[in-house]
Parts: sequence; C-alpha cells; structure tokens
Amino acid sequence: MIVYKGIRKAAVKYQQEVACWILLMFFAICSQPLSSLSATPLKKASLILLWSPQSQFAGYYVALEKGIYQRHGIDLTILKGGPGVSPVLALQQGDADFAVLWLTTAFGHRVNGKRLVNVAQIIQRSSMMLISKKTSGIRTINDMNGKKVGLWQGDLSIPPHTLFDKYGISVREIPQSNTVNLFLRGGIDVTSAMWYNEYHVLLNSGVDADELNTIFLQEQGMTFPEDGLYTLEKTVQKDPALVDGFVRASLEGWQYAFAHPDEALDIVIKNMRQAQVPANRTHQKWMLERMKDLTVSDKNEFGTLKPQDYEAVGKIMRNQGRIKSYPDYATFTWRSDARK
Amino acid sequence: MQHLPGGLMPGSKSIVTRLILVITLSSSLIFALTLGYNYYQSRIILEKELENNARNLAMSLVNKVESELVSVSKVTEGVARSLETGRYSEQELHSLIRNTVAGNAGIYGSCVAYEPYAFSRTNRLYAPYYYRENGTIKLIRLETSYKNLPYLYWDWYQIPRELGKSEWSEPYYDEGGGNTLMSTCSVPFYEEHGGVRRLKGIVGADITLDSLTELVSSVKILKTGYAALLSRNGMILAHPLKGAIMNETFFSIAESRQEASLREIGKRMIRGESGFVFYRSLVGVRSWMYYAPILTTGWTLAVVFPESELLEHVRTLSMTMAVMGFGGILLLTIAVVSLARSITKPLRSLVAATKLMGSGNFDVELPAVISNDEVGVLTNSFRLMVTSLKEYIKNLTETTAAKERIQSELKVATDIQASLLPRLFPAFPDRPEFDIYASMDPAKEVGGDFYDFFFIDHHNLCFLIADVADKGVPAALYMMVAKTLLKSEGQRLGEPDLILSYVNNILATDNDSCMFATVFCAILDTRTGEVRFANAGHNPPLIMTSAGIQYLAVQSGFVLGPIQDIVYKTESITLQAGDTLFLYTDGVTEAKNPGEELYGESRLLHALQCAPKEELCDLIHYIRSEVRAHAHGAPQSDDVTMVALKYRGTVADA
Repeated sequence: MIVYKGIRKAAVKYQQEVACWILLMFFAICSQPLSSLSATPLKKASLILLWSPQSQFAGYYVALEKGIYQRHGIDLTILKGGPGVSPVLALQQGDADFAVLWLTTAFGHRVNGKRLVNVAQIIQRSSMMLISKKTSGIRTINDMNGKKVGLWQGDLSIPPHTLFDKYGISVREIPQSNTVNLFLRGGIDVTSAMWYNEYHVLLNSGVDADELNTIFLQEQGMTFPEDGLYTLEKTVQKDPALVDGFVRASLEGWQYAFAHPDEALDIVIKNMRQAQVPANRTHQKWMLERMKDLTVSDKNEFGTLKPQDYEAVGKIMRNQGRIKSYPDYATFTWRSDARK
Repeated sequence: MQHLPGGLMPGSKSIVTRLILVITLSSSLIFALTLGYNYYQSRIILEKELENNARNLAMSLVNKVESELVSVSKVTEGVARSLETGRYSEQELHSLIRNTVAGNAGIYGSCVAYEPYAFSRTNRLYAPYYYRENGTIKLIRLETSYKNLPYLYWDWYQIPRELGKSEWSEPYYDEGGGNTLMSTCSVPFYEEHGGVRRLKGIVGADITLDSLTELVSSVKILKTGYAALLSRNGMILAHPLKGAIMNETFFSIAESRQEASLREIGKRMIRGESGFVFYRSLVGVRSWMYYAPILTTGWTLAVVFPESELLEHVRTLSMTMAVMGFGGILLLTIAVVSLARSITKPLRSLVAATKLMGSGNFDVELPAVISNDEVGVLTNSFRLMVTSLKEYIKNLTETTAAKERIQSELKVATDIQASLLPRLFPAFPDRPEFDIYASMDPAKEVGGDFYDFFFIDHHNLCFLIADVADKGVPAALYMMVAKTLLKSEGQRLGEPDLILSYVNNILATDNDSCMFATVFCAILDTRTGEVRFANAGHNPPLIMTSAGIQYLAVQSGFVLGPIQDIVYKTESITLQAGDTLFLYTDGVTEAKNPGEELYGESRLLHALQCAPKEELCDLIHYIRSEVRAHAHGAPQSDDVTMVALKYRGTVADA
C-alpha cells in the first residue's frame, strides 16, 4: 500500500509539473503579441485647455475618450482651464506639455522670451463679436465712441482694442466677467461675445437675434485666428514624435467629433458634469456646430496656421506697438512634415 | 304566412330595417354631439375655474416668496443707508454685518464690499463677508477668498455699481464666498465728498435658493402638477426636472424642442407679464400654466396643471354618460323594432293577401281594419279595389259570352251563306260541253259577294257573279234576297237583260237603306257556245281564247237596287271550244298590299296568262294564291269571288 501511495504521490507531482509547464508555455505564447505591442510604452503627456470643459474643446475630449491619443502612443491627461488658470504658466512650469492658446497670446509671450511653438491651428478666424441692443442705437464701431463697452481682461481684449485704435475711438472700458448679465441688465452698452458661446447664451436668455446689433471682428479686418495648439520649443526638440502624434490625434479627434456630433456632445457633457460646471446640451450643440464652421472653413488648411494670417496678426500687433518684432513663420510654427 | 317574409328578407330594405337604421343612427349622432358639446363646455367651465384657482395659488406662492425677498431687500437697504449716514469703525462695521446676518433668518450671508481704496488708503480692496455655516456665523474676506476673479467683477458687485441702483443678482454658485447656490441683493452706498456723491461700495445680502426652491417644490398639484421658478434670464431654478435646474433656460428647452411658441411664453415671462396658457409643459405633458412675476427679483413663478389629470372627472363623467347613452340607444332600438313590427304587421298580412290576389284569387279575406291609420285606409282601398275588380271581371265575362254567342251565330250564318252557293264541283258531271268552277272568300264572317249557275232549260246555263255594296251581315242579307230573286227570275225569264231589269225593279222597291249590287249575268247555250250576257255595273270579265286573253268589252250598265226601271242590254259572244270566261269581283283587283297598292287589272291579266288553263280549279286557286301573295299579309278588305267557265263544245264537235 505504501509503495502504491508513493507512486501515486509521484504521479500527482508529475501531473502538477506538467500543468505548470503548460501554463507557462500558454503565458509565453499569449504574452508574445502583447509584449510586441507595448514594445514602446505609452508616453505620458498633458494638455491644458483655455477654459473649463465645453464643446470648444470637443476634439480633444473625443480623441481621449475614443482612444485616439492612445493609438498614437500617448497617455494624455487633460487639465481643465477656467477663470484664474494660465495655460502659458502651466506650460512654462512644466505642469502641461501642450496648451490651447490664442495666437495673440502666444505672440505676446514669445516676445517676452517664452519659446512657444504653434504645432496646430484649430480656429482659423476670429469668432469674436461686439454686440449691442438695437434699442441703444449703436450700429457701427464709431457709434461705440464714449460708450460703456464690456471687454474681457488680458489677451482677449487685444482684437477689440486693435479695432478701436483702427477707428480712432475711445470707449469706456468695463471689465467683463464670464456672464452676460451685466449687458442684459444694461450695465454696459456693448458686450464682447464669442459667436460660439456668449452670443448663444444671450439668445437663450430670451433675447431674440433681431433685437441685437452684432459686429464680427473678422469682418472688420481683425483676422485673428484663435484657438491653436502650442508647446515649448524644447518639447519639440526633445520628442518630435510625441508632438507629431499629439497633433495628429488631436486633429483626428476633431474630425471624429464633427462627423459624430451626438457622440461628441455626450462626451463633452460627461466631462462637464465631472467638472461640475453647468451643462446645457442645446448650448453645447450650438458651440460644436460653430466650432465646425470656424475650424473647417478651408479643408486644405485644416489644422494649419496660414502664413498670411500669421503675418497679418504680427503686423497688426507690431503696428500697435504691442510687440516690437515677431519671429518668422517657420520658427514660430512646427510641422512634422515640414521638418521631414 | 310562410312565403310572406320572401319580400321582407333582411338585406332587402324593409321598413323595419330602415327605421332602425335611421332612428338609431340619428339618435346616436345627436347623443354624440350632445356628449361632445358637454365635454367641450365642461372643459371651458373648468378652464375658467382653473384660471382663478391657478392665479390664486400662484399669487399666494408669489406673496410668500416676495415677502421673504422684500424683508431681505429692506434690511440691506437699511444697512446701506446707515453706512451712508453714520461713521463706522472697522469693528462696528463688522458687528453691523454680523448682526444683520444673525438677526435675519432669511439672510444666508452679508457683506460690505468697498470700491478700490474707499475703505482705506493703504488697502485697495476690502470686503468682509459674514455667512452661516453649520449653525454658526463665519467671517471671510472676499478680496482674498475669491481666487479667480476679484469681487469687483462679480455680477452682484458690478451690476448695481454700473446701474447705480439696487439689484437682485441672477442665481449663481458663490465659489470662494458662501459656496452655495444663492442670489444676492446688492445695494450701492455713497459718500458725499465736497458736494460730489461718490460710490463707496456695495452692501450685499444673500439668500440661498434652497429655501425658495423647497417652498416652490413642496407645492403638489393633483398627481403630477407642479410649481416652478424661473430667473430673470429664464433659467430654471425650481422644477421637477432636476437635471434642468441651473443648466437649462426656458429658451434652451424651446430651442431643443424647436417650439417657437414656448419661446414666446418665455419672453412674456421674463418681461414680467402674467398669464394663463395651455401648452406642452417642459416635462412634455399638455398642461395649463399660470405664471406671474416676482416683482422684487424679476423672476417668474409658474403653476402647472396637467390637462389629463384635470379633466379626469370630466372624462369619467363623459365615459359614464357614453355608456348610459349606449344603453339608451339600445333600448330605443328595441322599442323601434317592436313599434315597427306592430306597424308593419297589418301591412305584412295585407301583402300576403294581395299576393294571393295577384295570382287571381279575389276571394281572399283582407285583414280586418283595427285602427284608422294609413294601413287601415290602404286595406279599405284594397277592399274597394277588389270589389271593383270583381264587378269588372263579371261584366267582362258576360260581354265575352255575348260576343261568343254572336260569333257562333255568325259562323252559322257563314255556313248558311256558303251552303247557298253551289259548292260541289264538278257541278254538272253529266254535261261534258262545259266546265264551271267558282270560289268565294268573304272578308268577314259573311260576305256580300255571290255567284250562281243553274240551267234554265236543258241547254241554257245561266251563270252570274254579283257584288253587294258594303260587307258583313247587311250585305249578306241583301245578297240572300238578290240571289234568290236572280235565281227565281232567271229561271222564269231566261234572258239576262230581262232578269236584271226585273230584279232591279223588285230590289229598288222599298230600298230604304239604299243598298245596291253589281251583277254580271250570262246565259250559255251549251249547244252553240253562244253566251248572252248583261251587265249591271260589274267588272268586265275576261275571255281566254286560243288567240289570247282579254277583257270583254261589255256595257257597264247601272247597278241593281237604287233606281227603278233601269233598262239593261243583252250582248252576246260565242265561245269556241276551249275558250274560257273568267268572272271576278273587285275584291280581286282591289286587293291591297301593306303599301296600299292595288292588285289591279293588268296584274290579273298577266296572272291569267301564266295560270294553268286546263283545269279551272287549278286556275282559280292559282289566281287566289297570286292575290294573297300580293296582299302579303295585309288584311283582306273585300270579299274575293271568282267564277270561271270553260266551253268544251258539243259532243258532235268533239
């Protein structure tokens, strides 16, 4: 019986060994394709936005949600912007690798020695408007002379200031917050507004479009391209592949968002809820539609900063004395294909 | 009764069916209209009543909210005024603010925010804020706690500052301050400095929205009705749609639903109007809404009554009425059926009776008249009709019997007349010298034509043909007289002219009816073949010799009967063996076809040429058939009589 027992033990042991080997081999086979895929592990990167989550940034949220950044080898973190957050500072301090900035902002900081590089241009034109109530009788820029005009502080006031300078008028500048109530209650005569945002907020506060006089800055020659993707020069030099992947993924995200607006809105609203900011789907839908108008104005130029726009903004700002000089287009922008 | 329903099968539109159809349908229609009108009117009454109720409910809510807001406004206003009039040290200012919060349960927090350098020349901004937290009153300094935007640019500060008057802010989340959803009553306060009134700062008092929305949300209307609160921008502050609160405005919902009318309602709300509307509510239910402004803040309070719940009682009532009405119509139908049956029952028995009548049985008993209605009248009419019909049929039967009797008598007369004429051929089989054949077809039962032949003596054969004017019984009677006279006088006198003259005189005597007859009278001497003849107005006969056929030129003479003492002339011809004399009446030549065309003498002549001439019988039958062919079915208008005589010569000649 003892012999038998011993044999039996040995048999069991043998069986266990075999099982172990089989398991090992199984793992080896299974992990083969996995290890080859993750041969280059995902690079960590972060993007800081200009404002809190909304459809203005739908492309990035969609690209992240749909795994487009991951497909381009990037493990991206999106840092939300908002009042009091400076994307330039975040770039400089290394809190973020990429930032959404206006061209005017980037210009200003570049002149101040911050080596910002434009890697993609999303909004191809100015979407800023100056809006007054028809009852105020203000119809033209000249009518605004001496009137109370609400302006956002900082770089966002550059285009309207430039416009007022061009017309040689002086307005009573009132700093404007991120609500439209000051204008609605009559605290100011003219308000600054983004076509994709405040203009629609006004409409959804019960003001009809035909009760308003609207002036697009773009139509007044203020051809300031707005949202662009920026990074520091050193980031480009250190890892051009990362920058390339980031740009491609971001643009792909935008294309997906425009092609699937409902899904894109779901993703944006989800992010807004997470950030605990008021989420109004109707408003976000409007914003996404306007983003499409502003971004895809010229299909061939999708995602690129046009040299003529660049030069125009540079000249305007130099003439205004905001900057003494500006770098040439090739230095300021970086395109992976241009480098190759 | 068994074959009665044949005429009243369902499907054939019997009176009963039509009655049921018409009465049931029209009463159903009337009932449906009444029910519909009732529902409509109830709805209107309900709507009117509802408007009052809704207004009262809304106004009581508005007053509750308003009273809270007004008290806060007053307190804030008081603080601002006291800051303008009195001089407060920092400590006094702090206790003023603190006491404002502590002394007013409705105030969540309060601050006094100064213009740059207005509180001290050294510090640009100064804004102490006291607010409730966990049952205690806490102090923070807004100039430092607002991280992202200085208090100068918050709506609660900036709007009253720019407008120079008190304002209630749009509800906002006070991040960095009270850290809750609130609305601030802001009152600017000023200082006089060398005659110039300058803004010194803003006094703010906050209320949390929680207490207001709780008040509004606690209102329960019917099952799912509700009260709602909207801001001055149409922002939804209190509503059963929790997700919409502080996210959606009335206008963004209108836009997403693409309802211009909803936007219009929203615009009326934010203009501070009040109204009562029927609309599809934000939760998507057809509802009535009364909305009224909260004047202090410019907000709108609305009470919403779902239509279906409101009209539930009316609908139940209408349903009950519908069921009752249906039952009523059913009863009505049954009543109509029985009534219709009672009305049509005598009609049906009448139908049964008349049906039998139709098949000729007039002795059917008609149903007894129970009431004097239309059916009774109809039955009486039928009874009258039956009596008349019976009478008529009886008369008809009698008339027919009389006519039949006359007919049979006429038949006898025809037979008698026929029997008067010699009808046996050959008439004289023992006389080979001649053949004679005759026929008479009367147009009516009895005719006026006749012929006769008889021997005067052993050698002389008298033969004659005559035509009495007119036809029928009078002509036949006249013919009897004329024939009898002609035969008796013929045998007595033996000469044609004498015979005619004599008979004429007899006939003319007492001839009141002015009847007359044409006669051709001839006597054949069988030994010589000589024929002596006299004519009294009769058609000339034809003579058929071996040379041919021709009309015999005879004197026409005057007819027998009208005038006395007419003198006739005897003429004579001599027949050769084989010659034939053909006598006829005008019934032959005046036979008409349907086209009123006479047969005529030329046709007769032609027919005789074609006719078989050996046997007289064949000859006459041939002519008769020719005449008939000519008539071609046209009714015979006159008697047709023909006599043919063929002379064969004496035995010695033969």
